[in-house]
Amino acid sequence: MEIPLRKAKVSREGEFVVVDAKGVHYRELNEVINELVEKGERKLRLINVNGQRYIADGLRCDCYIEIHGVAGDDLAAFANGPTVVVFGDVQDGAGNTMNAGRIIVHGHGTDIIGHSMRGGKIFVRGHVGYRVGIHMKEYREQVPVLVIGGTAGDFLGEYMAGGRIVVLGLERLETYPEIAGEWLATGIHGGAIYLRDEVDEDRLGYGAKVEKLTHDDRRFLEAEVGEFCSIFSLNPEEVLNAEFTKVVPKSHRPFADMYSDAKEG
Amino acid sequence: MCGLGGILNRYGERMSGREIIRMSCMMRDRYDGRGGGFAGYGIYPRYAEYYALHLFFRDEVAKERTEELLKDRVAIIKDEPVPMRRVREIPPENIVWRYFVEVPHRFRDRKEYQEREEDYITELVFTINDCIDGAFVASSGKNMGVFKATGMPDAVAEMYKVEKYRAYCWITHGRFPTNTPGWWGGAHPFNLLDWSVVHNGEISSYGTNRRYLEAHGYKCRLLTDTEVVAYLFDLMVRRQGLSMRTAAVALTPPFWKQIERMPEPKRSVFTALRMTYSQAMLNGPFAVIVTNRDTMVGLNDRIKLRPLIAASSEDCVYLASEEAAIREVESNIERLWAPRAGNPVIARLNEEVREEVIH
Repeated sequence: MEIPLRKAKVSREGEFVVVDAKGVHYRELNEVINELVEKGERKLRLINVNGQRYIADGLRCDCYIEIHGVAGDDLAAFANGPTVVVFGDVQDGAGNTMNAGRIIVHGHGTDIIGHSMRGGKIFVRGHVGYRVGIHMKEYREQVPVLVIGGTAGDFLGEYMAGGRIVVLGLERLETYPEIAGEWLATGIHGGAIYLRDEVDEDRLGYGAKVEKLTHDDRRFLEAEVGEFCSIFSLNPEEVLNAEFTKVVPKSHRPFADMYSDAKEG
Repeated sequence: MCGLGGILNRYGERMSGREIIRMSCMMRDRYDGRGGGFAGYGIYPRYAEYYALHLFFRDEVAKERTEELLKDRVAIIKDEPVPMRRVREIPPENIVWRYFVEVPHRFRDRKEYQEREEDYITELVFTINDCIDGAFVASSGKNMGVFKATGMPDAVAEMYKVEKYRAYCWITHGRFPTNTPGWWGGAHPFNLLDWSVVHNGEISSYGTNRRYLEAHGYKCRLLTDTEVVAYLFDLMVRRQGLSMRTAAVALTPPFWKQIERMPEPKRSVFTALRMTYSQAMLNGPFAVIVTNRDTMVGLNDRIKLRPLIAASSEDCVYLASEEAAIREVESNIERLWAPRAGNPVIARLNEEVREEVIH
């Protein structure tokens, strides 16, 4: 009883090209998106999306893509420039190795969002899952930014090598009210995490420490949280009027001595 | 990257197999076609009091030998081929037969009859799997059955006519085997009595778990890690009488660092459970759905290395590897969430679904 896959229906609605993704396999959907972008279309609205993977992956353009529904795994992976707005939740791995562009999620996200991200910005209004921002990195002016409106699960910023993560904790979970889970920033060796709350040092992972915010940190938060608030219609003064905790690496080489005994034989 | 899904109707109302097939199809990109399957509870109401044995036979010889054993151990009330269609994608590798059986009367007079009877059936299942070449039991519970083969779940469903059965609880699995062979017996769900398990990931502690189970009389013969999960639940919940929650604490306990921070008496209880069940503890990345006649449980490994989403509507509870699979079949979701690592999500007939906070 195979569920037959459908062809994507394409229509126009004002300045938007509308693609109906109902029952469309991800390969077909992404081919349609790529063709439209190649033809010079810059505003796409994908409706009835439900779990299709790899949407907007590797796109090199400044196009604007709206997604209505649940965006599947690896949304906008390797993307280089597009703005992707999801009116719904995102599944695992959104923004994987993204280079430039923006992902805006009005719902919640699950695990490894911003995995190995190296540029661009991700804004998630709701909560996110485990290992968010794992191995984010930066190079000179390429500094990725990830802002979460709700809370984050365990291993936030694991092995983080660069970039900035901000967690606002505007809403809390009943059973896990903490702003971020355990093993926070395990193995971090670059970048910084800002949490709009106090953080129990017991929850910090290996290689992480808490540091005082500087004037530059405050200015950074004003800019990025300001942008977050304007996207999601929040009052930036209220959101910024709180104590933040900054988590940074203890050293740039937390595992430098790990294999030294082996080397000596 | 396997995919799994489950639906439990809280009020025990039976649903056709169509929804679970749709859920499974939504995750098709997670599978590679080397294993697909379904388990349904409530599918044999006319024979509800008998054990429904679903058997795979490589040939007529294996079937004859198994039937000889069955006639010696149980009374066969009815037997018939499991209705099947020919499908292009799955070569007919096995004879698939079902037997509705009961245990002879002379066993019924004994004390602790229920437990003895279930142990008796368990022993029969292991004897078939272990001693009869080319025969193995796909499922052995009452009023339930497992339908599985080497193939994509949609083809497996087509072959077994899964859409024609009605069940109050369904689970499904599509396999992408990485460490162990893809064969009919290695497809999920794995079953013993009315326990069924579907699993995405690896049980890295398989060797330890297997030795522990073998010391308790279980025989692991299906060449893959998942079967230990079914047997561990049978041992801990059915035989030893632990609650689902306590069994989950033993299988995916908090880390020592977390246990040390717990207040008494919780700390002592958790310490005792970890020490008593150190060989039952499941390590490695996994998400599993475990079912029996009245319960569906979702459980992740202790550091959440595989996806699992839970949701509930007015009538049903859902578990799946992907949110999209749930939304495909339910438009009136009341609550949808990602359970935390090591916390069992327990859905039981006539109860509210709950995530037990043990981590």
